Amino acid sequence: MTVTWYVVLSAVLFAVGAGGVLIRRSPLVILLCLELMLNAGNLALVAFSRAHGNAEGQVFALIVMVVAACEVVVGLGLIVAIFRRRLPLNVDDLRELRG
Amino acid sequence: MIYVAFFAGAIGAIGGAVAVIAMRNPFYSVLALVVHLVSLAGLFLLLYAQFIAAAQVVVYAGAVMVLYVFVAAYVGAAEEPLWEPIPGQRFLAPLLAAALLVELAIAILGTGLSALDTGGPTLPASFGTPTQVGHLLLERFLIVFEAASMLLLVAAVGAVTLAGRAHARAEDERARGTA
Repeated sequence: MTVTWYVVLSAVLFAVGAGGVLIRRSPLVILLCLELMLNAGNLALVAFSRAHGNAEGQVFALIVMVVAACEVVVGLGLIVAIFRRRLPLNVDDLRELRG
Repeated sequence: MIYVAFFAGAIGAIGGAVAVIAMRNPFYSVLALVVHLVSLAGLFLLLYAQFIAAAQVVVYAGAVMVLYVFVAAYVGAAEEPLWEPIPGQRFLAPLLAAALLVELAIAILGTGLSALDTGGPTLPASFGTPTQVGHLLLERFLIVFEAASMLLLVAAVGAVTLAGRAHARAEDERARGTA
């Protein structure tokens, strides 16, 4: 099992996530697709860490998880705030920043 | 055996990822993402990243997904309109994603990194254990660790500010005043 398999899998997952961000219009699902892309990056980091026998890539993956958690918290807070103000949960209707 | 485990994990991860996009109800998308994350944890185990795999299941598939499930249940299933602001978006978007995949595949398969074509070096038994990751995190990457804790604090405060009760009440009153 060469490391290339894992890196190619991570590229596929990243492309699926990017496609989801482009296709879907619900902010919640767009956040989920961002998670997909971040996890694809994590898989690549861990695979490279395996290829070089160096655990520093795993620390990097851990930090990416932290950043993803922050992004989720702020993003979900925004979604709840949008929902509370009874605005439509659709990124196309929300493209204008004026309140 | 390793091939079976890898392909089981890969199919789970890709299937979960596609299901996240394909499901119309956001609630099911969240559940599909849980499948994806657990499959990825299995792949991490194959890559000798035990601690990352455990953290993935506990923190991601556990805690973060509970947050998602909560918000998906709170917001409810919003119907996505079929109206497209960009004509042909439904066909252009998968095309662009496929183009991205081709680019990435060219970059990976055409790379001169010879380490990629091996299974990697033989690793000591301590590779990827919490001990090793902890030593790295608290010795070599201490500043990164502290920055991450700071970032988490700022994000928590930001979320409270955005979605907090008092803020919402003030906004409701303002909306009522202008109405």
